[in-house]
Amino acid sequence: MSVQLPGLLEDLELVRKDFPILGRTLADGHPLVYLDSANTSQKPQVVIDTMVDHLERHNANVSRAVHQLGGESTEAFEAARDKVAAFIHAPSRDEVVFTKNATEALNLLANTMAWPGELQVGPGDEVLITEMEHHSNIVPWQLLTERTGATLRWFGLTDDGRLDLSNIDELVNERTKVVSLVWVSNMLGTVNPVREIADRAHQVGASVIVDASQAVPQMPVDVVASGADFLVFTGHKVVGPTGIGVLWGRRDLLGKLPPFHGGGEMIRTVTMERSTYADIPARFEAGTPPIVEAVGLGAAVDYLGHLGMADVRAHEEAITGYLLEGLATVGGLSIMGPTTVSDRGGAVAFELDEVHPHDVAQLLDSRGIAVRAGHHCAKPAHRRFGVQSSVRVSTYLYTTPEEIDALVEGLEYTKKYFRVD
Amino acid sequence: MSDLDAMYQEIILDHYKHPHRAGLREPYGSEVHHVNPTCGDEVTLRVHLDGTGEDAVVEDVSYDALGCSISQASVSVLTDLLVGKRVGDALEVHEAFVTLMQGRGGVEPDEDVLEDGVAFAGVAKFPARIKCALLGWMAWKDATSQVVAHPDHEEQS
Repeated sequence: MSVQLPGLLEDLELVRKDFPILGRTLADGHPLVYLDSANTSQKPQVVIDTMVDHLERHNANVSRAVHQLGGESTEAFEAARDKVAAFIHAPSRDEVVFTKNATEALNLLANTMAWPGELQVGPGDEVLITEMEHHSNIVPWQLLTERTGATLRWFGLTDDGRLDLSNIDELVNERTKVVSLVWVSNMLGTVNPVREIADRAHQVGASVIVDASQAVPQMPVDVVASGADFLVFTGHKVVGPTGIGVLWGRRDLLGKLPPFHGGGEMIRTVTMERSTYADIPARFEAGTPPIVEAVGLGAAVDYLGHLGMADVRAHEEAITGYLLEGLATVGGLSIMGPTTVSDRGGAVAFELDEVHPHDVAQLLDSRGIAVRAGHHCAKPAHRRFGVQSSVRVSTYLYTTPEEIDALVEGLEYTKKYFRVD
Repeated sequence: MSDLDAMYQEIILDHYKHPHRAGLREPYGSEVHHVNPTCGDEVTLRVHLDGTGEDAVVEDVSYDALGCSISQASVSVLTDLLVGKRVGDALEVHEAFVTLMQGRGGVEPDEDVLEDGVAFAGVAKFPARIKCALLGWMAWKDATSQVVAHPDHEEQS
């Protein structure tokens, strides 16, 4: 490695070898420079192998079969739950509910809170979100409040891309029933003061939901210490597969939610007239679950655990700092969100004067550099900054300083191509 | 020529830097707003026809577009190609352009019909960008069919 930065993962070259796709060569012989990990992370060989091994040797449905394969499959599936629980420091494995993704986990909460029960949201209640949410943490709450006559409110943003907490005492009030917010913004990169907001919300008796989709991949997470009552994330951003997400919830609160999907495995008994329901987590896992995906997720969090999340976080800070320095050298480039690494994640969104984000992404792609262009499912946050779309670069534990150099060179090339002075 | 240069033809970059007939004007018979939901590109487009039915003439196409070079250049070229044409002829050009864009790079464009529009042939090889090139064209067809269906709405101002 030519560039040495304090904080980079030791043996970064070896770590990169764990991810076979990073060795790919793209069109015109360009090596892949993958800077789209906030979109989805790449997968280490151990995750791929674990999933293949499960399908080759242990495949069977879970919790239903008496045969040996059924036992092995169930054991692997439930072991994944144990691994996830340990990874996020959940007090109990039963508090870990497998879903399809973070979106489904948020919809599970927003849907079940529409029905009678202690957590029901009704007319006059308020649901509080933020202007930097991903659409998946906006639309479900719009649906809930529209359906129940509740009111949707939100924290605005400051010009430097942080939550504007100046009116927190007005926004968090005795009518507030739910506060649902993102821990790390997928667009701005901002790390929000979740604990501080959660403590305030708890004073008025509100439930706190944390979208940790970008947090769990890049920092140590202790669900209890976070202050969350419910926390969601998705498997494919933590070097696991797509098709599997996680809802963690405090046992007492999960137990107060009515069922979501009805079907097999979520019941205790069924008659033609009515049914009774299983305990958590099975109550929220109707139907055959994504078994091999859960097994893959278990291998993924094991992998991250071996690397050490404190070290992953240090790497992310080091490489994001280097990225921010590099982007600062590109004339005409303006970053939306914090421009220093303090309380910041590894996603950096920006605009380049006179070149549309799609054209930037296309030019970078022609050099093997994968970034995202568009609104990143955060249209309100873009509107807040008066832009329609942006380029987003997102780093991860396998990102090298050389890849950032290639990006900066690619941006200069893009400017020349579009004749920007 | 690389695929990239084939997509970003000089003609396209020129139209992007200096779009033709940009801005919203009156009078107009209908106005539509189209969005590409995957990337957020938007266009507000107005069509003003003179006459009725397919013999009507496209008197003006005005627009306010937010988007990439491909979507901006494409609507600029559209106005060059369609303004002044009978609606029936304009629809034929529209069909030729759509066919070119959906041809995965296998369609040989007719320069007599598409003029500067042939420059978009290279875009057809980039599946993610075809919708960019078609955004303004789909908006024009939508707006035009609204005027043709309700000619008495013409001359809003």
